[in-house]
Amino acid sequence: MSGVHVRAFHFVGRFIGPLIGSLIGPLVGHIAWRRAWTAIWLGTALGVSASAAHAAQSSTDVIARGEYLARAGDCIACHTVPGDKLFGGRRPMVTPFGTLYTPNISSDKEYGIGKWTSEQFYTTMHNGRSRDGSLIYPAMPFGSYTKVTRADSDAIFAYLKSVPPVKQRNKPNELRFPYNNRSLLLGWRTLYFHEGEFVPDKSQSIEWNRGAYLVQGLGHCSMCHTAINALGGSSESQAFEGGLIPMQAWYAPSLTSNKEAGLGEWSTEDIEALLRSGVSHRGAVYGPMAEVVFDSLQYLSADDIRSMAVYLKTLPQRTADTSPAPAAAGSAKAGLEKAASEKDRQYQLGSKVYDAQCAVCHGAMGHGKPPDFPPLANNQSIQMTSAVNPIRMVLIGGYAPGTALNPAPYGMPPFAQILGDEEIAAVVTFIRTAWGNHGAPVSIKDVNDLRSVPAE
Amino acid sequence: MRRHLKWLILASLIFSAGRAFPQDASDERAPDTMQARVLACAACHGQQGQGTNNDYFPRLAGKPAGYLYNQLLAFKEGRRKYPPMNYLLAYLPDPYLQRIADYFAQERPPFPSLPAPSVGADVLARGQRLVTSGDPDHHIPACASCHGAALTGMEPAIPGLLGLHSEYISSQLGAWRYGTRTAAAPDCMQLVAARLTDDDVTAVAAWLSSLPAPSSASPVQRDAIKMPLACGSEPK
Repeated sequence: MSGVHVRAFHFVGRFIGPLIGSLIGPLVGHIAWRRAWTAIWLGTALGVSASAAHAAQSSTDVIARGEYLARAGDCIACHTVPGDKLFGGRRPMVTPFGTLYTPNISSDKEYGIGKWTSEQFYTTMHNGRSRDGSLIYPAMPFGSYTKVTRADSDAIFAYLKSVPPVKQRNKPNELRFPYNNRSLLLGWRTLYFHEGEFVPDKSQSIEWNRGAYLVQGLGHCSMCHTAINALGGSSESQAFEGGLIPMQAWYAPSLTSNKEAGLGEWSTEDIEALLRSGVSHRGAVYGPMAEVVFDSLQYLSADDIRSMAVYLKTLPQRTADTSPAPAAAGSAKAGLEKAASEKDRQYQLGSKVYDAQCAVCHGAMGHGKPPDFPPLANNQSIQMTSAVNPIRMVLIGGYAPGTALNPAPYGMPPFAQILGDEEIAAVVTFIRTAWGNHGAPVSIKDVNDLRSVPAE
Repeated sequence: MRRHLKWLILASLIFSAGRAFPQDASDERAPDTMQARVLACAACHGQQGQGTNNDYFPRLAGKPAGYLYNQLLAFKEGRRKYPPMNYLLAYLPDPYLQRIADYFAQERPPFPSLPAPSVGADVLARGQRLVTSGDPDHHIPACASCHGAALTGMEPAIPGLLGLHSEYISSQLGAWRYGTRTAAAPDCMQLVAARLTDDDVTAVAAWLSSLPAPSSASPVQRDAIKMPLACGSEPK
């Protein structure tokens, strides 16, 4: 609980998801509602000016819509210390460059954004510059938020101005030299920041465009699901192909159509279930993604979640799964025979551990009892090249998030205290290679390296 | 007609055979019980919350639900710090934490036989004195004056002290003393623990862990005990 890591999100608040849907939906029907909604966010594209649409709504509606959008953007995750006052900031964000402390974004005039204008707020969201013009560190996902429309930015701003002021001074960042020099950000922005609102693809459906807007913009999914380099930048050519989350030792899987690692074999319904309830027939969310579902996605409307799933299903796979393989995978080169007998021995031990500890929930054949006890057979997160997630799940366990659709989730026990590194390496190797799974074996060292990482 | 019947039987056989595989594969659901939902807790605390051989994972069974809920909430919000617990509870809604607390509060598994404390008779005697009579000279109330003569706690939020390893008890008293474990103000346990010496802690922990199982594991009713000091966790 020491803090949030740069690429973890969350959120809190009351949901107003189907606000527009509940007001308009029953009257004009689903399709017409969709058009009306689209007109709001596409704004000028359909010949309706954003300000006209804005003015048409009462301020209460704007605030309610802003709250919904703030959920979609998961503002609360970083700007609220769990159990503390909403949007008071000061949550530590541990990065490879030092620790940042998020600012107060409550309506307080002295310490929050009470004196800001909607224009200044939009500049922050859209261009990564603070009220005084200073450059913001990209821990704030303005590379994604730049795609948010002015109308949506204004709604979020109206909502933030409506929350109670928190009288709490911001905490100074603790960044190491040279990262504490903000002028370095100019170079980073030149390389990695592309300013510009979302431009709808007219060859795609309204639903697809809505999903793309949410995934690329407020959802800031690429912060974790696109690999970042040593400079903290990410390459568009590897968009959504997955990556290790720095400082957190969780691997954000590929969201592309890659059959081995991505969503290629997932149905739209399974993706929707996972995002909205936290569990599905293909797997459940744990770790950082449990936080995203808990704080943000569970509050989104069924239509918006479906749009996101529709968009995600169309993401192309550009390159092969390049996530780092566990160290043991290379041992085959050292001597095939030795490796084969070692693999056999590991498999035997793993099978024994599996039968004793895992089969009661996940089944003798790894089919699980979905959605509550996830299947391990044909589960991408078990067999993908990086073995970080299955190793950590065995070490620290985890509960799926408690959501409106799944308020009493089931949990996986931690095994760090009862199984040694050798047994865990063996059982993870077993589940990665049994029942037709084709993951690589993991080594005792792989497990040992992760054992000392605190549960988070 | 008979021929039709034959085909019908054959078709139904094929149909049911065809359904058999998916049922085996994935149609089985997890049991819709709290016992199945708290399997994640069982690895350290035992299936019924009876505790395990590990010195530092406490027995949960039979402690008042209000006490267990307060602890779950404190772990969730990081006020009580233990990363494996903080992580497990971080994304569970408060009403569900209450259900988990209720589940373990209702369980009555047998008490474990704990290892005999490796301390001398004088230390045990000191522990017994502190537990049953306290130390008035140092303004230390007896454990029993809040946790009950049988030391099984009081509803809704004062825990029982039996069936716990001495290492667990001394580490918790240490955590109160150094402020790493806190509770709602007025934090009575912090006040009491601050008055204990290291030797007091060792003695109390040894004596408590040496006690046999109580005849009834249930905590006493709310307000059954007139407490010598106010506790924020125990509503008046």
